[in-house]
Amino acid sequence: MTATFLRQSHLPLWRCGHVLLAAVAVLIAVPVVAYGQEGGLDPASLVEPLADSWPTYSGDYSGRRYSRLAEVTTGNVQQLSLAWTRRLDTGMPPLEGANAPDFIGGVGSGEFSIGSTNIKGSILQVGDLLYVTAPDHVWAIDVRDGGERWHYFWKTRGGPHIGNRGAALWHDSLIFETVDNYLVSLDARTGEERWNTEIASFEEQYFSTMAPIVVGDHLLVGTGNDLDAPGFLQSFDPATGELQWKFYTVPMTEDAPGIDTWPSLDAARHGGGQVWVPGSYDPETNYYIFGTGNPTPGYTGVARRGDNLFTCTLIAVDVDTGEMAWYFQTSPHDTHDWDSAQTPILIDGVIDGVPRKLVSTAARNGYFFTVDRVTGEHIVTTRYGATSNWASHIRESGSPNPHPAKEATVPGSLVSPVEGGVANWQPPAFNPDTGLFYTQENNGFNLLYLTDTDPRGSMGLGGKDRITVGSGGNALSAIDYRTGETRWRHAWPIGGGGGAGVLTTAGGLVFTGDGSGNFVAFDAAEGDLLWHTRIGNISNAPQTYLIDGRQHVLVAAGQQLFAFVKY
Amino acid sequence: MRTVTCVAVLLASVTVHPGGQAPPAGQAGQAGQDGQDRSQRLYPALQRPPGDPELITRGQTLYGINCRACHGLDLRGGDLGGPNLLRSQVVLRDTAGDLLGPVIRDGQSGPGGSSMPPQPLSADDIRAVAEYIHSILGTASRQGGPPLGDEAELDILVGDAAAGQTYFAATCAACHSPTGDLQGIGARIPEAQELQNTWVRGGARNAERPPVTVTVTQASGERVEGRLERVNDFLVVLTDADGRHRSFSRQGDMPRVDVDDPMAGHRQLLPRYSDTDIHNVTAYLVTLQ
Repeated sequence: MTATFLRQSHLPLWRCGHVLLAAVAVLIAVPVVAYGQEGGLDPASLVEPLADSWPTYSGDYSGRRYSRLAEVTTGNVQQLSLAWTRRLDTGMPPLEGANAPDFIGGVGSGEFSIGSTNIKGSILQVGDLLYVTAPDHVWAIDVRDGGERWHYFWKTRGGPHIGNRGAALWHDSLIFETVDNYLVSLDARTGEERWNTEIASFEEQYFSTMAPIVVGDHLLVGTGNDLDAPGFLQSFDPATGELQWKFYTVPMTEDAPGIDTWPSLDAARHGGGQVWVPGSYDPETNYYIFGTGNPTPGYTGVARRGDNLFTCTLIAVDVDTGEMAWYFQTSPHDTHDWDSAQTPILIDGVIDGVPRKLVSTAARNGYFFTVDRVTGEHIVTTRYGATSNWASHIRESGSPNPHPAKEATVPGSLVSPVEGGVANWQPPAFNPDTGLFYTQENNGFNLLYLTDTDPRGSMGLGGKDRITVGSGGNALSAIDYRTGETRWRHAWPIGGGGGAGVLTTAGGLVFTGDGSGNFVAFDAAEGDLLWHTRIGNISNAPQTYLIDGRQHVLVAAGQQLFAFVKY
Repeated sequence: MRTVTCVAVLLASVTVHPGGQAPPAGQAGQAGQDGQDRSQRLYPALQRPPGDPELITRGQTLYGINCRACHGLDLRGGDLGGPNLLRSQVVLRDTAGDLLGPVIRDGQSGPGGSSMPPQPLSADDIRAVAEYIHSILGTASRQGGPPLGDEAELDILVGDAAAGQTYFAATCAACHSPTGDLQGIGARIPEAQELQNTWVRGGARNAERPPVTVTVTQASGERVEGRLERVNDFLVVLTDADGRHRSFSRQGDMPRVDVDDPMAGHRQLLPRYSDTDIHNVTAYLVTLQ
């Protein structure tokens, strides 16, 4: 089916730091985590802090990736041992015969042959099943041995099959995005398709990787695009796939908020700001808080002078209306493809002795931010990327100011970080017991050359050469959300760092990958390495849940899943 | 210079700005490659079967007469304010002129009060123009980049060679010499950008680096030296002087591991260079013929 266009929401002109209309606290009854028959999930249970299961992208709405499970501790993590492992072939499956997927959907001809990709998403764990995704693939596998229950495959029309960040569970529907921009709902019990709906134009070169997020009867859905197209977040009815609202992240009309930060409406409407990583949800304000992608054309800002709102911006949107409540721009006028899409983390903290509702994010550009999540008031900006060199100063607003000399130039500019950023989609974590925000910190240098001096700018990510000339050293960093100061920092030995997300637990642990083939556990408070196992480079963020009364730790390394348990 | 293949015969007759990056090898579905299976390309604009050459040629002529003044010779927008057609939603969603036709025939109001006047083209002519536009769109480069055109001649040599020589003497001369290892470097690497990349990186992209050596000192005091194979927090692997493979488990500070990386100096300089330093040193090295 094709969703009808209902409403294009407009952004209110509130500026960062203005106090929002009194936030209406939504009273949420705290339910017993309610799983229906056959692994169904009551959306109301998602407000519960992460513990026994892993029912949504970040485990819970806060984005903290902090589990209350404490069976595995700093004292016994050395006893973690392999419970099972399972390889999932993420490449092109046979479309017929005994080894074909149980259900095949999609509007492609089947001619486009997808390659294998790493498992880069969150794996949902509810009841006796795990739900694992890769581009065009969904598997339900047994939580106790990884054995396959069902496998669904989508015949794609094409698009870059770079990764899939996971699925959403709404009652007994499992819903995911396809690269060629369909939202597909499956019967979570059987894998049979219930409906699909097109969420963005494939012709306009959108492609979709995000894990949808369920909030009540809303399904929040983002997409990606590299070809100078406007970004948007959409809400769909999780029962039917009908569009509820569509929020554009760039001005789409002459009177839209933010239009004064673009030289023309044409530039704004081709200005990017894609929404491709899940955000977090605050039940008290009913705000979904997420980061937006880079402006486009990515490297040539000449034809989009200005701050380019609301690209590279932390945005709070009311989930019922799709209206923006506040924004804070983490990277004005980016010219390095450093989006700010990273999952922000909601923190109930204390600033200067006053309890505050906060949100923190470690952006791809190497800067760490804490803002008030009710009002958007800026609180903290610090540089956490040790060698990030592109900002001239921090503005009074708290946004780093881009230095024009660090754009791509004809004779070359030496820029840190490299295109992939200090952080990327890999989820960070926050542990309320230590007050620390954990993120990978990747430092590298590019020589960045402008190859397209056309005053009209280039298109997409074109118009530049980027030559990697060296590393600035990578680390896992533990940042104090109150000050932005790095409390401890574990520098990875030569060649380490990179592509793993982070998990933290009430057992005082931080789990991540070292980029040298090891899955590792740290003491969350002190940063001491406590445990490792060499299973290959971690390709998603580790997760944890309780099965048969025992804490399990699940992680993907490439196409291989590993579940650990303490014996 | 990088080699950029002019990907479409049609482009030979138009001036096209460079897309800036060569398509990497081995990526299924990459754009703009002649001879590639179109079904494996990423997007509809690239997957579209090649059009009738005669129709495209006629469309190109018609485009030049009717469209070029506003939309530009390269379709990326012109001086008279016409938008970039290569990222236009109407163009991207068009099939054989079904969406372009009404716009061309009837004109259209654009944002900001701009407007496109109707163009007196027949249905066949509209079809030809659409075919031409799609043929150019089909040559777009990866990640939204424009078609790769002829290499632009951009002079990256903006530095002051004398200042570069001074900087070199102060910063680089401890390890390098213009009459020693760098003698004739400007002639050996004649392309200035490649020369700059090479010296900042500390070697050509695929050049063999001087070996990293490591000394492992065990609790007993025994020392083992060799070429570092790999190291992480839990293991260090080396090849000793006799060519033997040795590996040692690491537990915190034991055994002690001292890595000697000849490239460390280059890495340590990266946060300290200004762009002016880099350009000056490049200008100096170019003189070492």
